[in-house]
Amino acid sequence: MSSNTIEAPLSETAERRAVVGVVGQAPDPRWVIVTRGVKREYDMGGEVVRALRGVDLAIGRNEYVAIMGPSGSGKSTLMNIVGCLDTPNGGEYWLNGQLVSEMSDDALARVRNKEIGFVFQTFNLLPRATALHNVELPLVYAGVSSDERRRRAAEALEKVQLDKRMDHRPNELSGGQRQRVAIARALVNNPSILLADEPTGNLDSATSEEIMRVFETLASTGQTVVMVTHEPDIAAHARRVVVLRDGLMSTDETRDAFVARVGHSVAAL
Amino acid sequence: MSFFQAIRLAWDTIRVQKLKSFFTVIGVTIGVTFLIAVVSIVAGMSRYMEDDLVGKLIAVNSFSLRTRPDFQVGDATQAQRAEWRRRPRVLRSDVDPVAEALPPTATWAVESESSLNVESPYASPRRTQCSTITEQWFTIKKMGVTLGRLINPQEYANGTPVVVVGQDVADHFFPNLNPIGRELKIQSIPYTVVGVADKQGSVFGQSLDKFVLAPERSPLNRWVNPHGVIDAMIVQGQDDNSMREAMEAARATMRSRRHLHPSQPDNFELETSENALDFWNKVKGYLVIAGIALPTVGLVVGAIVIMNIMLVAVAERTREIGIRKALGARRKDILNQFMVESATLSTLGAALGVALGIGFAKLLAAVSPLPAAVEIWSIFLGVGVGAGVGMIAGIYPASRAALLDPIAAMRQET
Repeated sequence: MSSNTIEAPLSETAERRAVVGVVGQAPDPRWVIVTRGVKREYDMGGEVVRALRGVDLAIGRNEYVAIMGPSGSGKSTLMNIVGCLDTPNGGEYWLNGQLVSEMSDDALARVRNKEIGFVFQTFNLLPRATALHNVELPLVYAGVSSDERRRRAAEALEKVQLDKRMDHRPNELSGGQRQRVAIARALVNNPSILLADEPTGNLDSATSEEIMRVFETLASTGQTVVMVTHEPDIAAHARRVVVLRDGLMSTDETRDAFVARVGHSVAAL
Repeated sequence: MSFFQAIRLAWDTIRVQKLKSFFTVIGVTIGVTFLIAVVSIVAGMSRYMEDDLVGKLIAVNSFSLRTRPDFQVGDATQAQRAEWRRRPRVLRSDVDPVAEALPPTATWAVESESSLNVESPYASPRRTQCSTITEQWFTIKKMGVTLGRLINPQEYANGTPVVVVGQDVADHFFPNLNPIGRELKIQSIPYTVVGVADKQGSVFGQSLDKFVLAPERSPLNRWVNPHGVIDAMIVQGQDDNSMREAMEAARATMRSRRHLHPSQPDNFELETSENALDFWNKVKGYLVIAGIALPTVGLVVGAIVIMNIMLVAVAERTREIGIRKALGARRKDILNQFMVESATLSTLGAALGVALGIGFAKLLAAVSPLPAAVEIWSIFLGVGVGAGVGMIAGIYPASRAALLDPIAAMRQET
């Protein structure tokens, strides 16, 4: 496996190289996520851990991308930076034309609210709130009026076929239903990207397939989806697979190329 | 997130965690209860002292010329007491020269009193406060009678053995009888009851209706004071100014009669209602300090309890805070959420405290002689202080919550 092997169509690859290469300039609007030499180091009791060592990544609008890598590869760190939960120590990160890497905490909160819909492995729903209230939450922080919130939250739950379970609390829902509530919550504010962190990590394979179908539907209707996973068969649902290793991008290839390369291990799973 | 939403969120949390919320509010409730109760009682006593008591004991716009202070209860020094004892007594012969020096609008009366043995055929003998007075006394004291009549000018002039008695005296010595025209023996000398005075009420459980009044020239005068000595000359002006004027006239006359050098202090007392209130104001000062100190202790304890419980709440809800931040809550939103929560709790506690405090004050007023008057400002103060304590106690836990890193917060197990 060579470093930075890009097996995407040549024109697109060249374009990607071009967009990540021009430091300090806002990328063309068709690129939702652009990282240029993103570095992240942690000080762990005197020992410096270099989680990301310069990642160049460009994700276009409507793409469905899986980020893979073994534990310690830096994929969680990249996910946190892409999700605006963390900021890089070096390099720049442009999200939807905004230079996020230079933003204050409150500005980041605003970006998370408007631009990003999170789906987590552990669902991260508020246990005491109903499904409807959980879905309303991002709208609360967006300053949407309560009638409008209710309407939009109900609509989002309808999209994931949970309109009949709006008044249930998370502990009254199955794992798959919980994750669908989380997806509804992620989508309710019409974000630029849907960011999923091991979305099937806590689900059985049948339910995982069900959630992947929801993602597939979303991607096919034009939603940009970025999914972090360590399971190749889940990554194989995306149209493009990026693999990280030791804080650097190892491969960036189409789904077909990924399956062809690691097909035997996917089949084995 | 709007303020209203923050309150709703706080209310939801409080509803879900009833027991914890109860313990949070209890400190503030106790503090505010104390505050309201103490303020109400002090205010009630104050109003009572100023309006009722002093008005009754010392007539308005009046002063009394006495040997030594009558109302100076409390912390007089040993030397001061010795000086009072050395003073010459005020004499009956001082009265006329002083009266002559007074402005023509001033009225005056003489009063001497002693506790004497009083008996009637209908009841057991009892020691009772007996006074001899001169004609203007009832006018100055604004006292009338409910039964019979006042002592008339001839009786004052002749020293007729007649008495006007207080309500309690009439009730005791003439149970279920009309006392008018009946006989009362004071130190074995018979007096005819001509009137029963208006009910004067009580002060701190002490009845003000236990008195017997007789003309100065009646035989009673022998018993109330050594010959030629009086307890007090009461002078009343038409208003405060004329009272002051009369006071200065009386002072000048007394000083010249006693041949006091300008460097020497007065060796007599000119006592006004202010003197009586001085004592009360001193007591009130202590009460107000106690009334502030006790609730403050309660509120500080309340603040510590709230701070602790909010810190626990922040720790317990770390994951929730992380989720909220990931979904776009700014520091300010999280700060507001916890501040409003603790402020709502403590305001609730304060409101409860106000209700309890009023109830407590009313109860105390009902079962004890202590009066109570609920001051409107104290209600606002109580609620305001309660809310303020909650805010202050909430600052630290809320800022801890606001500064949490969302990644670490969401990773925390709950």
